[in-house]
Amino acid sequence: MQTATIERTTCWLMRVMTFSIVFVIASIILKIVWNGLPAISWEFLTAMPRQAGAEGGILPAIVGTLYLVLGTVAVALPLGTGTAIYLSEYAKPSRFTRTVRLAIVTLAGVPSIVFGLFGLGLFVIFLGFGASIISGCLTLACMILPIIIVSSEEALRAVPQSLREGSLALGATKWQTIYKNVLPYSIPGMLTGSILGIGRAAGETAPILLTVAAFYLPKLPKSVFDQVMALPYHLYVLATQHPDAAKVRPMQYATALVLLALVLAVNLAAILLRVRIRKKHKW
Amino acid sequence: MVEHDNTAAGSKIRVRDLDFYYGRVQALFGITMDMPARKVTALIGPSGCGKSTLLRTLNRMNDIIEGTRTEGSVLIDGHDIYQNGVDIVGLRKKVGMVFQKSNPFPKSVFDNVAYGPRIHGIKRHKQLAEIVERSLTRAALWGEVKDRLNDSAMDLSGGQQQRLCIARALAIEPEILLMDEPASALDPQSTAKIEDLIDELRRDYTIVIVTHNMQQAARVSDLTAFLYEGALIEIGPTKQMFTKPQAKKTEDYITGRFG
Repeated sequence: MQTATIERTTCWLMRVMTFSIVFVIASIILKIVWNGLPAISWEFLTAMPRQAGAEGGILPAIVGTLYLVLGTVAVALPLGTGTAIYLSEYAKPSRFTRTVRLAIVTLAGVPSIVFGLFGLGLFVIFLGFGASIISGCLTLACMILPIIIVSSEEALRAVPQSLREGSLALGATKWQTIYKNVLPYSIPGMLTGSILGIGRAAGETAPILLTVAAFYLPKLPKSVFDQVMALPYHLYVLATQHPDAAKVRPMQYATALVLLALVLAVNLAAILLRVRIRKKHKW
Repeated sequence: MVEHDNTAAGSKIRVRDLDFYYGRVQALFGITMDMPARKVTALIGPSGCGKSTLLRTLNRMNDIIEGTRTEGSVLIDGHDIYQNGVDIVGLRKKVGMVFQKSNPFPKSVFDNVAYGPRIHGIKRHKQLAEIVERSLTRAALWGEVKDRLNDSAMDLSGGQQQRLCIARALAIEPEILLMDEPASALDPQSTAKIEDLIDELRRDYTIVIVTHNMQQAARVSDLTAFLYEGALIEIGPTKQMFTKPQAKKTEDYITGRFG
């Protein structure tokens, strides 16, 4: 075969692959929007569910998922960035740091139901938090920590060594250098990690199933020790556990649509923040 | 080693029997030399001869590289900077440094120059503004950037960026200025500006400059030291070094037979 033909064929092949991915994503989103949009109403977004979710709204699930996402990020972000700063700026390469890195990679590969069981064992039972927002957030935080650590470490490493040297040469201490001349430039990269983490925290069902999510709880939580409903679990319940599955089908799609929109909205906020910071420190 | 008479009293920096190792590789071998106050000392030699390493021992910048080791002593104003318990922050405040590749911080021009003073506890804006203006003026950059203080330093030209780095180093009022091939990445015009600047600064600062450009060493320095394979081959007044070098190696290098 001629090289030109191979070139053309390869290009087409790659193009078809790319389009097929776009096609899959587009059809998922279209199906959800198409089937879900008609069921979306003001009542659906702001009312309590009635009759096991067949009527009324999904407000507690929206609020629950929001709380879970924010709480998870509040726990995982400081812990993850702190670990990343230690590993990339302070720790000397040693067996210890290699072990820690291996542990982080392993953690990233652990199935989410295992995190759920771990959370159930440690937070719910052993520490006595019960099935509660705090148990759920801590469990989800464990799950997204690897994403945040790895992406934060990469973001820190992307800052040129010459900027650290320049700062140290001016008599800055190590922490001053990190705080004033490394972290500000790596925040955009760190945000990317949190965006991925937020997506997972909002969407996962298995970890919250055992630690926080309520099957049906038509009221809003009063403290972090309360159970809440959450969108992904509510979706699962509507789709598989509801006695009248056909009747609640539009509710299912509408719930999926809300979940999708919620994740996108949180991501969009993080992306806008990233763009603003990048503009301030371009290099 | 051939040594001309340069051990006069006004030595700001005295290097004594300095050995330096990157892990197991020895990079400097028993360097002993004096660098006089308010004079420009040039370190020349082929790449890999240890001139940048020697420069970086003077503000302990090599400390941040994993696995390095220093033996011997470096005395600044008579105090050994390699003694235990030396205040490295204080040392680096006294010994400013300009790097080969200009490394402006991705901040505004003002924040770049104010970085050092802020680190060292100056908070009042008026005082910072004075320091920024004074430092930029001394670095011969004020006229070009006085209306762009809030612009990003990354928008300056290469030559301006390097002078900004000089201004940033001057802002902490060092006594010694280390320059690691400060003009190697610049066009001839910007290089000339940097060299003029060095000529100005020598009145107030003790300057040590690393350069691979022998004409530059001849133009800007009072004293030249020639290093080869980690050892100091010869040190002497620049004029003498370039007209009547004592060591064969120096002559070969200066006349371009190698390097």
